[in-house]
Amino acid sequence: MSAILIVALKELQDALRNRWIISITVIFVLFAMGLAYFGTAASGQTGFSPLSTMMVSLASLAIFIIPLIALLLAYDSIIGEEELGTLLLLLTYPLGRWQLLIGKFSGQVISLGIATLLGFSLAGVLILGLAEDITASELIPAFALFIFSAIALGAVFIAIALLISCFVNEKSKAAGFSLFVWFLFVLIFDLALLGLLVATEGGVGAHFFPYLLLCNPTDIFRLLNISGFEASQVQAGLLSVASPELLSTKILVSSLLLWIITPLSIAIWLFERKNV
Amino acid sequence: MSIVSLSQVSKYYSKLIALDKLDLDITAGEILALLGHNGAGKTTTMKLILGLLRASNGSVKVFGQSPQNNHYFSQQLGYLPENVHFYENLTGKEVLRYFARLKQAKKQQVQALLEQVGLEDAANRRVKTYSKGMRQRLGLAQALLGKPRLLLLDEPTVGLDPLATKDLYMTLDSLRKEGVSIILCSHILPGIERHIDRAVILEHGQLVATGSLEALRQQACLPSSIRVQGNWHSNELQEALRKQAVTVTACNDEEIELQILSERKLEILRYLLNRTDIHNIETHDPMLEELYVYFTRRSMCLPS
Ligand SMILES: Nc1ncnc2c1ncn2[C@@H]1O[C@H](COP(=O)(O)OP(=O)(O)OP(=O)(O)O)[C@@H](O)[C@H]1O
Ligand SMILES: [Mg+2]
Repeated sequence: MSAILIVALKELQDALRNRWIISITVIFVLFAMGLAYFGTAASGQTGFSPLSTMMVSLASLAIFIIPLIALLLAYDSIIGEEELGTLLLLLTYPLGRWQLLIGKFSGQVISLGIATLLGFSLAGVLILGLAEDITASELIPAFALFIFSAIALGAVFIAIALLISCFVNEKSKAAGFSLFVWFLFVLIFDLALLGLLVATEGGVGAHFFPYLLLCNPTDIFRLLNISGFEASQVQAGLLSVASPELLSTKILVSSLLLWIITPLSIAIWLFERKNV
Repeated sequence: MSIVSLSQVSKYYSKLIALDKLDLDITAGEILALLGHNGAGKTTTMKLILGLLRASNGSVKVFGQSPQNNHYFSQQLGYLPENVHFYENLTGKEVLRYFARLKQAKKQQVQALLEQVGLEDAANRRVKTYSKGMRQRLGLAQALLGKPRLLLLDEPTVGLDPLATKDLYMTLDSLRKEGVSIILCSHILPGIERHIDRAVILEHGQLVATGSLEALRQQACLPSSIRVQGNWHSNELQEALRKQAVTVTACNDEEIELQILSERKLEILRYLLNRTDIHNIETHDPMLEELYVYFTRRSMCLPS
């Protein structure tokens, strides 16, 4: 068995052992169902909302919790083992440092992937069974894209968390940095962009501006998930500046992949040079 | 061929000198004890050999390779770190299985090692519930995984009960017979003399003495002490001994204690055996602990 696989399986075993996967799955089901049913409560009615509205609110929710969960899962991967003392031991074993890192990454992505797939598939099935005017043919592609991009978004933040875990020298610092990253991408970035847009009265070239959205993985995720729905343009807010022609699905998916590969590569580079 | 060879190795942590021009060689089937005060540089030496640290100066060779290329030999290496900790949420068996897979050791070895270190009853309990000594035993089992040709044990007997300590030394003896080289460091010196081939005494990162127990005794020229019990009514025995230039350190009517250099030991013993007023003789040769104290004290007195 390759070293990467062994480490990945150990991560998966950990996630199962501390009931991490099951609790995240349950959280996902509850949130998705809640949003689907109460999503229109603001306008005075309850009941299942149209699929487009549902997907937009699901995407907004995912942007908040998936990065948080991913960061939480991975922030102590390396520094945790370093503080425990097992890292010292592992480094004397026949396995490369990059293998350890990639193994951890894969195991954590698989764990989060299982929870995401299970949670949202279950929610999708429940919605199909309960809501009358939503058909399988429209729900399945939307949910498939949502689940796939949610896992990718999780992978981005797992990669970032691993990077953090490689350069800090204390677990508590890793937690601090992770929280900062979460605030940055989930809250601050869009606000800053909005501020920029208002301050320059739209003066930042309309051609250039949409590309700024690619600097935030959560915006890429949102763009991917709402682009298919005309009705959602109203709720898209800031994102409406990015027209689908400018940012094709291909560009969005490759930027998301780049957002996984880059932090992971830097993490490997740092870890190879780290003194333990 | 030497398995490990350090020549003129120095290690600095910014300004602190952890190791200072250390020379060290280990051949196959040799057990070497690294001794020294806290902070003397024992763990640092091990980490240099393992490739976890880079030497600031000098050359380190393990199996003829630089330890930074440890993928050449890491499968033949066993390491027990000081203060070893394991994944608290896994059972002892799961921990050992994980390490066995990484080291590509046989699956059956896990059970065998758990039995060897006496953890078979606790194997299916989480490490969280282990006592200190049980964790240490698990660490030892981990170090013995695979077929190591070089073992580095950092304070292996810490936390072990007397029987487990004895078992450990027996294991080391049999490994040595198979040609395994072992470096161990320990602060518990009594009892290890019979199991080691050579001791290296470090002090502030410098080597102050090295050699087998015999060699160290010869270098140190420490006297053996003899305690004699009997009943004599005068100071006659004390006088007789003084006449033979023997140092008497304590004396009363039932017991007398003397110190004698090893080359005159037999001569004095013969004299004592010929006397009829003596019931019992106890002799004590300088052991590792006394030698350690001697060498570290001496180096403290020398101007550096
Ligand atoms: N990471 C580090 N940074 C700075 N100094 C260090 C570091 N690790 C060790 N040292 C210093 O290097 C010296 C040697 O340490 P080392 O751990 O080798 O001692 P030791 O002989 O194993 O001691 P002990 O018997 O207490 O285990 C000590 O003075 C220690 O303070
Ligand atoms: Mg030490």
